[in-house]
Amino acid sequence: MNQSNTQRVEHSAHWQSVCSQQDLVNDSGVVVWLDGAQVALFYLPGQEGKTLFAIDNHDPQSGANVIGRGLVGSIKGDLVVASPIYKQHFRLEDGSCLEYPEQQLRVWPVRFNEGRVEVGIA
Amino acid sequence: MNSNVATLNKLQTLVVIGNGMVGHHCVEQLIERGALDRYRLHVFSEEPMRAYDRVHLSEYFSGRDAESLALSDATLYQTPGVKLHLGVPVLEIDRARREVITAQGCVQYDKLILATGSYPFVPPIEGAEGDSRLVYRTLEDLDAIRSAAANARRGVVVGGGLLGLEAANALKSLGLEAHVVEFAPRLMPVQLDDLGGLALKAQIERLGVGVHLSRATQSITAGEQYRYRMNFANDEYLETDLVVFSAGIRAQDALARQCELDIGPRGGVVIDDTCLSCDPNIYAIGECASWNGSLFGLVAPGYQMARSVAARLCDGVAEPFQGADMSTKLKLLGVDVGSIGDAHANTPGARSYQFIDETSASYRRLVVDASGKHVLGAVLIGDNSYYDTLLQYLQNAIALPSEPAGLILPSSEGAPTLGPGALPESATICSCHNVTKGAICSAIDGGCTDLGQLKSETKACTGCGGCASLLKQVFEHELIARGVSVDKSLCEHFAYTRQELYALVRVEGIISFDELLAKHGRGHTGCDLCKPAVGNILASCWNQPIMDPSLVPLQDTNDTFMANMQKNGTYSVVPRIPGGEITADKLIAIGVVAKKYDLYTKITGGQRIDLFGAQLHQLPDIWGELIEAGFETGHAYGKSTRTVKSCVGSTWCRYGVQDSVQMALTLEDRYKGLRSPHKLKFAVSGCTRECAEAQSKDVGVIATEKGWNLYIAGNGGMRPRHAELFATDLDDATLIRYIDRFLMFYIRTADKLQRTSVWRESLEGGLDFLKDVIIHDSLGLGDELESQMQLVVNRYECEWANALKDPEKLKRFRTFVNDKRPDPDIHFVQERGQRRPIMAAELNLIATTKESV
Repeated sequence: MNQSNTQRVEHSAHWQSVCSQQDLVNDSGVVVWLDGAQVALFYLPGQEGKTLFAIDNHDPQSGANVIGRGLVGSIKGDLVVASPIYKQHFRLEDGSCLEYPEQQLRVWPVRFNEGRVEVGIA
Repeated sequence: MNSNVATLNKLQTLVVIGNGMVGHHCVEQLIERGALDRYRLHVFSEEPMRAYDRVHLSEYFSGRDAESLALSDATLYQTPGVKLHLGVPVLEIDRARREVITAQGCVQYDKLILATGSYPFVPPIEGAEGDSRLVYRTLEDLDAIRSAAANARRGVVVGGGLLGLEAANALKSLGLEAHVVEFAPRLMPVQLDDLGGLALKAQIERLGVGVHLSRATQSITAGEQYRYRMNFANDEYLETDLVVFSAGIRAQDALARQCELDIGPRGGVVIDDTCLSCDPNIYAIGECASWNGSLFGLVAPGYQMARSVAARLCDGVAEPFQGADMSTKLKLLGVDVGSIGDAHANTPGARSYQFIDETSASYRRLVVDASGKHVLGAVLIGDNSYYDTLLQYLQNAIALPSEPAGLILPSSEGAPTLGPGALPESATICSCHNVTKGAICSAIDGGCTDLGQLKSETKACTGCGGCASLLKQVFEHELIARGVSVDKSLCEHFAYTRQELYALVRVEGIISFDELLAKHGRGHTGCDLCKPAVGNILASCWNQPIMDPSLVPLQDTNDTFMANMQKNGTYSVVPRIPGGEITADKLIAIGVVAKKYDLYTKITGGQRIDLFGAQLHQLPDIWGELIEAGFETGHAYGKSTRTVKSCVGSTWCRYGVQDSVQMALTLEDRYKGLRSPHKLKFAVSGCTRECAEAQSKDVGVIATEKGWNLYIAGNGGMRPRHAELFATDLDDATLIRYIDRFLMFYIRTADKLQRTSVWRESLEGGLDFLKDVIIHDSLGLGDELESQMQLVVNRYECEWANALKDPEKLKRFRTFVNDKRPDPDIHFVQERGQRRPIMAAELNLIATTKESV
């Protein structure tokens, strides 16, 4: 279901340039301001397949905007980020939380385009 | 042919009214026990959807759909001989004709089981209607809440019980600002005592949910800021866009009343120990039944009744229902809450032990009988790791240890456990499905070696899920007892302990995470367990700047940004003040920085100054100014040397016998920047009066007439431990040599996040062994340990000074990489002349408080 959603959005999205590729930090996160939303960008250049992820910076458990400062890792094959405050994990792919199914982060389509990072907005 | 017809006709008709969790469990049990040889089964449900998991209802708002909440796959109700009538309410029961009447016709029954459950009680409040009169019980109710929430900002739940808090969680996950209004003076009044209620309130408020106690809603009128205004006594009010009532349940006994079955004093169909009503052909189970005047609103007793009736109808005999344990263990809004047995100590002669930790708002109460030998009940807030053990003490009437308080006190080894080995075979592990330890053992003996498989074979842990950790413990214990090996790996990426990884890094001279992962690990990413642990080991061994590109992604956020993240995502900054000695100019410099950036300032226990409330992008500027004024980083963010506290010593004090400040400066300068399995605290006292409290530190030094006494492995904190006297009357050089060896030996052999105190207690051979290694060099490691320490000392560099030199490293210190603004969601309020983070509850209530003033 998420799969098809992402697909649909990626085709119809309007792409907004948010920062340059140089702004990213390898294997870690930075945050961009996107018209009032805070979007954490994680860049994992060593990964096979997808290397760039855009996920909500707001941690629903602590209420603080800190997800972009979390540690990335893989758990049982899923790429995840751990919230730096209470350490719960979110899948980078779809924003779902491993420990608390009621916590769900928004994710955005994201891509490189000629040295810029672009986030898709529906 | 005729005989066939006769056989068919001999099948009796069994009707089950209600397809909730209990009704469904009964059907499952009936089928499993062979009921279909004797009965045709008709199941009526007024809901349009077959039985679903009401315990996990709030997950409906976080992505689970109705089908995934269903308790069984659809095929169960396609079994021949079973007919499920969905969306068909039973309108009437005709006991004389033994018929149930629905809009679609009548069905005759031989036996009838009422499993009609309960309905939410909504107190009569003037003006409560539509979106101000929602309830939280069925999927349809949830759909109504969801559509009411669509344009709402704030939601209120009336009722601070278990279900009310679940409902508040649901509102929160819908993105609403959630409030709970409770009539009683505390939350969960049935399960908790006053202190437990207070602790829970504190924890829930920290999560941003407003809690309003002792409030009775008198009417609901139109609001000004929000859609509705709830009016309380004394002209107090709270505005909201929707109201969910969760003020208790009532037995759904309308059909029983209509057909004139006996009804209990608090509602519900009166049943005996076999769950039979006053009509010998009608049973009642679950929340619609009244046994001994009591109603049971939990799944476990409902399942017990369902099993009992199924057994009686199939086999003719069954274990009688004799009441149920109402103990519960839950995570409400992410907070652990446990209530066991007689939580209020109502039993005559009962006595209590209580533990309160106001810093973390946790609370535990243990209620024991007059003899002090047996557990009667318990209340747990904030940490349910104590629950399983206490419940086992109660359920199996196990005699208490001589110091029962130990069962609820914090301990560095984690919650005390009975040990799965101490439980009798008859001990109930899963009370929802009545699975004993014996049943688990026989499943393991039958070849089950996988926890998931064990759950599906025995059904253990598939009801409320509360027994998960106990089940895992029993399972692992029994596997080990049978010689099956259990994994002690650091995580899924490294099949080694911390000590083993440390040895690999040392021996092979590995300097990066990627190298270690490639040679000795799995996958190519790691996780938040192994990355910081390996980063810490690399730093202990090689002490390279932690901001180097290959090391940055390993660090937890505090190490990454070289500051301590606080609850609202801002940071605190602690410059090093060696030995607690500071000049007036430096004090002023700190004051200037604090004032310029409006930082909350507090003196720490380690004789330093902590500056709170800095945003990410401010850290480089703040540090630039601090370094300019001559400060270095204090490593308050690292698992590393923190402080060396000192008294003023012989230079000023008339009692001092050595210069304790000078020794503190020497030690702090030597060990600053040393990273270790956990934080390290030191202190030096200038005489035996011990004003620096050195005996509560990892390394304590106390002056004597002849030199220094060395104490090791002390600890303050949650579980204080006095440091032990390790060596006496040492000269300066020997003192430092022993400390070098002690710290490096600890770094080499301790587990991840193990303080020196716990490490020391776990050492086989104890203090004598450690003296042999350090003082007598029994392992021949002395030189090696000293040179390893010297390498770390030689490579010391202030991490902040290093980072400020390199624009590439500063790239990360931006709140937004594409925008200069600070995080607009961070708010402060003034208190006692400084600013502090706004509390979530204050944020929520700003509007109403202002109006009511």
